[in-house]
Amino acid sequence: MRHKKKLQKILLHTFLLIGVVISLAPFYWMVVGATNPSGDILSFPPKLIPGTYLMENFKGLNESIDIIKALFNSAIIAILFVVISLLICSAAGFAFAKYKFKGNNLIFASFLLAMMVPYQATIIPLFQLFGSLDWINTYRAVLLPQLCYPFAIFLIRQNMRGLPDSLLEAARIDGAGELFIFFKIALPTMKPALAAVGIFLFTFQWNNFMWPLIVMTTQDNYTLPVALSTLAGLNSIDYGQLMLGTSISVIPVMAVFLILQKHFVSGILGGAVKE
Amino acid sequence: MLTNQSLRTGTKSSAVKKKERRQFITPKTAPYIFVAPAVLLFLGFMVYPILASLLLSFQTKVGGVYTFSGLDNYTRLFSDPLFYKSLGNTFIILLVQVPIMLFLAVVLAVFLNSTLLSMRGFYRVAFFTPAVTSLVAASVIFVLLLNKDYGLINYLLSLLGFDKVGWLTNSTWARVSLIAVTTWRWTGYNMVIILAGLQSIPHSLYEAASIDGASSVRKFFSITIPQLKPVLLFTFILSTIGSFQLFDEPYNLTGGGPNNATLTITYYLYNQGFEYFDFGYASAIAYVIVFFIAVLSWLQFRVVRDDS
Repeated sequence: MRHKKKLQKILLHTFLLIGVVISLAPFYWMVVGATNPSGDILSFPPKLIPGTYLMENFKGLNESIDIIKALFNSAIIAILFVVISLLICSAAGFAFAKYKFKGNNLIFASFLLAMMVPYQATIIPLFQLFGSLDWINTYRAVLLPQLCYPFAIFLIRQNMRGLPDSLLEAARIDGAGELFIFFKIALPTMKPALAAVGIFLFTFQWNNFMWPLIVMTTQDNYTLPVALSTLAGLNSIDYGQLMLGTSISVIPVMAVFLILQKHFVSGILGGAVKE
Repeated sequence: MLTNQSLRTGTKSSAVKKKERRQFITPKTAPYIFVAPAVLLFLGFMVYPILASLLLSFQTKVGGVYTFSGLDNYTRLFSDPLFYKSLGNTFIILLVQVPIMLFLAVVLAVFLNSTLLSMRGFYRVAFFTPAVTSLVAASVIFVLLLNKDYGLINYLLSLLGFDKVGWLTNSTWARVSLIAVTTWRWTGYNMVIILAGLQSIPHSLYEAASIDGASSVRKFFSITIPQLKPVLLFTFILSTIGSFQLFDEPYNLTGGGPNNATLTITYYLYNQGFEYFDFGYASAIAYVIVFFIAVLSWLQFRVVRDDS
């Protein structure tokens, strides 16, 4: 029996480790590529050890797509998006979870229903709308459409339901206003959930591609994914630059995820599965 | 700070409206004020465009002006071979990729949930990592890995004595590649959701089954799977919606080629809308996507309900 268990364990770990290699190898290869000149990446057999060409690749990359500007655009848009969206979604989630009001269920249900509607059904009228407002090629155009993110509202509502009503009542008796209750009582106790939803929103916006591709029309407004995509579409691609650009786009979000992964995973789960 | 300011603006407007001061935000009005920003954004950027898109799908541009043309866009769709091709591609991906991915995700989740296993946190993070990368980045990496002449994957295959495969240049292999990359990106994501589902199954069920002498295989099919059903449905619906929205990967991996073999329905919508600027026709495609997602979600709900 003992031996059987040990064998099972070894098989299990072998299987899982193969999975880990498949999951992570492309990243290793990407970072190696970032430190090598294009020619070495295209050698056959491929080069699998880091080189010393990082700075040259960076210089070239910055000339090709102005990576600093793209990084800046992505960062500003993602941060603004997280802050504003968290505020709006947590206010709504709080109202849905903690107040009885006319339309509560109806509005919440229509938000949930909207989660099922593919956003492709919205992009053409939005493009026309922003065109007529002359907002094409602005941060606003990227930011606004997704600020009310139904999934975020849903997650926050699920978490807010755990907040004891008696706490809110006690605050009211002490003369606290509703805004005070929201900002000083509800939000601080929701910190872990807000962190989770915040990371979720950040990754979403940081990686967002189709919509920024449509509304950002000049290079100086490109976000990282759009800039990378144009770089990859050039006739003569420099693969060292491309791998470095990819690394730069992946590393911040990966770092945020690795540091906060406990919150991230549990926060998504907390709302996704509870019935 | 924010609280004080908001309270002050609150009192100002209440002075005009109501007799009593400081009564603008009461427990009665507060929920409406809290949901108002979300509702306004929702109406402006979700409800309005969904309806406008529907209207637009019945219009065509005549001399620079959109005019109603009845079902023209839809009849054109039904005789458009590229539309059928892109829809077919989407369904192939849906029918092949989603089952493979969810099967892998369930297997991984069950393994990671096993008490036998050490290093669970490490595995969970490793499998989830692809899900936080952008699809563009993933595609860019895989374009090189799958390169016919210089790619690492063909190199590894050559070590095993296989010929070079045109992963992105042969129609069939391009589809396989698209499916593989999508699976690489999303399996861990689904695994985490299923893992949470597994952890919410009460332990007492398993204990009771053990007392009755049930084997672990029996426990898996009689307890785990039925208890997981809502979670599996959730991942199924998410993945179905995901398949219909597949765009970033084919756009960056294959450009929809070769021979439109990886042209997905959303990619086709993008082409019609933002390459040819045929907004009416693109909106009709959008509504076909809405239609299929609605029908498939409904079917999946039905299947689960009938079983239980």
